[in-house]
Amino acid sequence: MTLQLHQVTKRFGHAVAVDHLSLTIPEKEMFGFLGGNGAGKTTTFRMILGLLDPSGGSISWNNETISYEKSHLIGYLPEERGLYPKLKVKDQLVYLARLRGMEKKSALRQLDSWLDRFHIPEYKEKKVEELSKGNQQKIQFISAVIHKPELLILDEPFSGLDPVNVEQLKKAVIDLKEQGTTIVFSSHRMEHVEELCEHLCILQRGRPVVQGKLKEIKRSFGKKNLRIHADFDVEHVKEVPGVVKYKQTGEGCELQIENESVAQLVFDTLHGKGFVRLFELEEPSLNDIFIEKVGASYE
Amino acid sequence: MNKFWIMLTHTYMNRLKSKSFLITTGVTLLLVIGLANFQTIAEKFTGSEGGDSQEVAVIGDKHSLIEPLQNQLDMQKASVDLAAFDGSKQEAEQAVQDGEYQAFVELTAENEIPSATFYANQIANTTLSNKIRDALQQLKVMIAADQADIDPAVFQQISSPVHFDTIALEENAKTEEELSEARGLVYVMLFVMYFAVLMYGNMIAMEVATEKSSRVMEILISSASPVAQMFAKIIGVALLGLTQLTLFMVVGFQAVKMNQDVMTGGIFEYFGLDDLKVSLFIYLIVFFILGYLLYATLAAMLGSLVSRLEDAQQLIAPMTLVIVAAFMIAMFGLNAPDSGFVTVTSFIPFFTPMLMFLRVGMLDLPFWEVGLSIGILILTILIMAIIGARIYSGGVLMYGKSSSLKDIKAAIQLSKKE
Repeated sequence: MTLQLHQVTKRFGHAVAVDHLSLTIPEKEMFGFLGGNGAGKTTTFRMILGLLDPSGGSISWNNETISYEKSHLIGYLPEERGLYPKLKVKDQLVYLARLRGMEKKSALRQLDSWLDRFHIPEYKEKKVEELSKGNQQKIQFISAVIHKPELLILDEPFSGLDPVNVEQLKKAVIDLKEQGTTIVFSSHRMEHVEELCEHLCILQRGRPVVQGKLKEIKRSFGKKNLRIHADFDVEHVKEVPGVVKYKQTGEGCELQIENESVAQLVFDTLHGKGFVRLFELEEPSLNDIFIEKVGASYE
Repeated sequence: MNKFWIMLTHTYMNRLKSKSFLITTGVTLLLVIGLANFQTIAEKFTGSEGGDSQEVAVIGDKHSLIEPLQNQLDMQKASVDLAAFDGSKQEAEQAVQDGEYQAFVELTAENEIPSATFYANQIANTTLSNKIRDALQQLKVMIAADQADIDPAVFQQISSPVHFDTIALEENAKTEEELSEARGLVYVMLFVMYFAVLMYGNMIAMEVATEKSSRVMEILISSASPVAQMFAKIIGVALLGLTQLTLFMVVGFQAVKMNQDVMTGGIFEYFGLDDLKVSLFIYLIVFFILGYLLYATLAAMLGSLVSRLEDAQQLIAPMTLVIVAAFMIAMFGLNAPDSGFVTVTSFIPFFTPMLMFLRVGMLDLPFWEVGLSIGILILTILIMAIIGARIYSGGVLMYGKSSSLKDIKAAIQLSKKE
């Protein structure tokens, strides 16, 4: 039950939105899709869903192409949120669930349990336009998962939510994954991807710049972060060969170094100069990787 | 239940329960009932207003004319009472201003031929003055005939209307009754078609535009194919329209039936609806359904192009103009169904439902002409449906500030592979 994209390309006229993208998204895993604005994330999702036909390449789910006959297996949370403003939450979700092949009764049952889970059962009979934006988003999320899809596509699921709601939603997403749902999601927020995904792909102008397991990506990135807190001026460490970036902080500095061995050199220069309160070697954050890989081409 | 039916019933029920639909239906029903009772209502008003005959003073020295003039008025069933007024003109004016009389007439005569001047507070309402003028005209003719020594029998012959019959020589040409019957049906068809396209076309475009502007569309098209959605909407709204029209007809029919004694010889005789030909009815249904499908597909397609609800009206304006044009041509065609212009335009698919039906009803057409036009119409609908579905599936993903017909190209491109 893997989702496979093989050399997928999408052109709009002369513009290339997605360029020979090949991905394998393993079953029952959470896959993170990263990319700047206009990188081709939403276009890729739309092609996976069959809303757009790829100009080239192929997409398969479980070795079969995705068509409307399979729409009950797929859940989708679009980036642009949208529900019928004038419809009651209940009518709305039952209608959308039935379009995904659910029976009315079981849709209502699922609806109740989801509303309870998000602590909003009182909104069942309310019109969507009367709800706050955050609550509308929860309803939207329910519409994507109410029919227990095997493949769930979430386009920016956490944008526009307060931290409490982000936690609630994250918890729900993790639970779904544990129940065996394959989840693909996109985000601008690196920490969400770092927290949730084992696999990820960073898209840039329709092309994958980084792709694979989170741990391996971090390891192969090579560069590490070094944090130093000291009682004396440490500015001289930026002269050490292998230090890529230097940033002064209140208590010392933060460095990006080419590899682990540079840390030893830095440590040597500090030796004997005074009291070092903190000397910490860190894995690079996804944020660093993203900025490095995507940001570089902006400059 | 498959998705098509779910979407169809959703469209139908949602619209049925909407406030705007209930209000429109209610208001129209009241209008229908009002129209059926129009005669009774109108009589109530005129009854209270003109129940008593109107008093008109007559001044001048020709008092001898008053009696024959009054006779003429009575013959015309005009409830006007003439009264000789002996005072001066100023006094008469005063009397009218005081409301003693409705008006006064100054009668004079030259060589026995009468003439008159009509005075009233207001002369905007010409009912009264016309009654008196007509009566005086009759009187004048009679006096003039008398002066010329014309035998009353001869005079009768001169003034009686000529006997004039029209008979069509072609064997299959419509007879006079058939024509009036067809004209009635064509009228009904034209109006129903016109309003159906305006109302339900609008409804479809709005329905699509609402889903698009609220962005629920993206979820919908990931659940069910845009083509199925488009036709579910078109047919859902068609059923809604059918419900509405049936309601109007049932209520209208009942209202008319209750007023039958008042209405006999009225509209029914004019329309000749009591003796209808089955074939004409079948044509009516065929052309109506095809016409609806054509315009509904167009409306759905146009609705899918807008990203904001406000733009929907603007974009379907051209469609509205086309149907108005068809209506105008049809109105012209009612009097000249065999003119070349009507013949040619009746083959243009957007006009066919109205104009070809008009020609079928009013003329004796060879079947191939009707068949050909229906063929063209069906073909156009199919092409429109295919293009419409393409534009729909592309258009629903397009969001932008512009919403012009140029977007059609962009929408088709979006739904294609390249």
